[in-house]
Amino acid sequence: MSRVLPAFVVAPLVMAFILPVFGRKGKAVATLLANLVTISLLALAVACVGKTGIYEVGNWSSRIGIVLVLDGLTSLMLLAVNTVSAAAMLFSVRYMEQYTAKTKYLSLFLLMVAGMNGVVISGDIFNLFVFLEIASIASYALVGFGCEHEELEASFKYMVLGTVASSFILLGIALVYGNTGALNMAYTAKAIQQTGINAGLAFAMSLFIAGFGLKAALVPFHAWLPDAHPSAPAPISAMLSGVLIKALGIYALSRLIFNVFGVSVPVSWVLIALGVLSMVVGVFLAVGQWDFKRLLAYHSISQMGYVVLGIGLGALILAKHGNPLWASLAILGALFHLVNHAVFKSLLFLTSGSVEMATGTRQLKKMGGLVERMPYTRAACTIASASIAGVPPFNGFWSKLILVIAAVQAGFFGLAAITVVVSLVTLLSFLKVQRYVFLGELPEELQNTRENGGSMLTAMFFLAALCMLMGLLVLVPSMRVTVLQPAVDVLIEGVSHSMKVANL
Amino acid sequence: MLYALCFLLFMIGLYCAVVKKNLVKIVIGLAIMEYAVNLFLIMLGYRVGGTAPIIGRSDLQAGAERVTAHFINSAVDPLPQALVLTAIVISLGSLALLISICIRIYDKYGTFDITEIRRLRG
Repeated sequence: MSRVLPAFVVAPLVMAFILPVFGRKGKAVATLLANLVTISLLALAVACVGKTGIYEVGNWSSRIGIVLVLDGLTSLMLLAVNTVSAAAMLFSVRYMEQYTAKTKYLSLFLLMVAGMNGVVISGDIFNLFVFLEIASIASYALVGFGCEHEELEASFKYMVLGTVASSFILLGIALVYGNTGALNMAYTAKAIQQTGINAGLAFAMSLFIAGFGLKAALVPFHAWLPDAHPSAPAPISAMLSGVLIKALGIYALSRLIFNVFGVSVPVSWVLIALGVLSMVVGVFLAVGQWDFKRLLAYHSISQMGYVVLGIGLGALILAKHGNPLWASLAILGALFHLVNHAVFKSLLFLTSGSVEMATGTRQLKKMGGLVERMPYTRAACTIASASIAGVPPFNGFWSKLILVIAAVQAGFFGLAAITVVVSLVTLLSFLKVQRYVFLGELPEELQNTRENGGSMLTAMFFLAALCMLMGLLVLVPSMRVTVLQPAVDVLIEGVSHSMKVANL
Repeated sequence: MLYALCFLLFMIGLYCAVVKKNLVKIVIGLAIMEYAVNLFLIMLGYRVGGTAPIIGRSDLQAGAERVTAHFINSAVDPLPQALVLTAIVISLGSLALLISICIRIYDKYGTFDITEIRRLRG
């Protein structure tokens, strides 16, 4: 199965360079081709579930060449990235008609997908950096795609912070190479095991936390996200909030901490602190927002806090040699919440795009009563809101429940309480969304609002169905064992996993 | 010592990117940061009095073991140079995009001063 791994990068990359050739006249063909690529990548990602293997690029041995690795965590991330990108691409078919230069948009979109898939499958640190930059540069351009005042400003802000983050990461990689003499994750992990963490490596670790923290928009580093995510076109907001901050930030960080450096107590506490801060600050900033997409963007910060908290808890239990079952429960909750968040947050951004396209505004106070005009969008939005707020039986409930149980089991009652309170505040702010957008009086100027049909509805229905069904991933044991558990095991096994993959 | 100077250059770039109010100066600061990292990578592989990491056919005839020992003791590590080449291309891409966004911002706002470019709040 590892033979198909390069396709995840090559297919979107090649198509990204072919599409601009079609220009304005071949717009329909270009759209069709782009959708074909994302949907076939989704099929490929589904086929990769439960498989493992490595692919040596150009048949160079893993000692000196580049390797692509497929393991449990990779296949879970591939599934998340390609599900959201397929839905967002389908949504763009109609939504992007309001912009000019649609083929350039499609090309940048595919470039971003190629970068994210590359980050996830790459088995050495420098290659991860290259793909991270491909995805980042495409996303900077997409944030400023509208070329209006706010969009350019947000894009510039995002680019400056993103470039600083990349420099931190590259400096960290240089330090790791200087101290271990290897870039391949498995060889680096082995060298670190033998020498232990010295001052240079500890400095590299702190650079990685700052760099990937900036990419993931954890709270002290979050300033760019509430500007950048709302400024992008709605399908791109869905991609950025749904998967970009996870693949580039959280996935890369946890891969380095667990599989390369090995868990340690101080790093786990830093993760827990970042997680709690993001959760609490994000949600309280979100409640006061009156811009629909900005509110959603702040909730992304808050929900990422849950994921980082779960991963930090797992790392802490592992580092203190506690019961591995509890560690595995915490990480299971975190990874499951990561996938769930990818689905419901992208659905929320798609519904906000649908509402914006129909009404022409994002201000909650200017809307109201849209339930009669846009019943399907309303249904999708309600499902997603219930998921993010943790209302049973939707997917968000199960992952938050697992996180709370894990926190209680590990003896962190305070953290469990904070998790529940943040969840309640989230519910409150989404009740506000429902109240102001869909219920109440229909304003005069919105009398002629119509539901958006076709591809936009299909994309929203697809994600809404996933929101309702994904609880099964933990409830049905056979699905849990094939999809989620391998990903959890990768992180639990830690450093020894990377060596097992490379046969060291 | 040299590494410390390199790190100083990195901090100068970071300071410039964080403190300056002019868009173009921020971009220059970012570029300095990237150059500092590239310089650091190059210095990792550098060796005083080192030779190019290439073994010619004529060298091998002199006796394989001695050549290998000499090679290990004197050759420069080529990998960081390959990395820097890639990193330079990447920073070129992001620099070009940064500058073009600066130009578009100047078109819209008529200024490079970030204190006057403030439509986003919250």
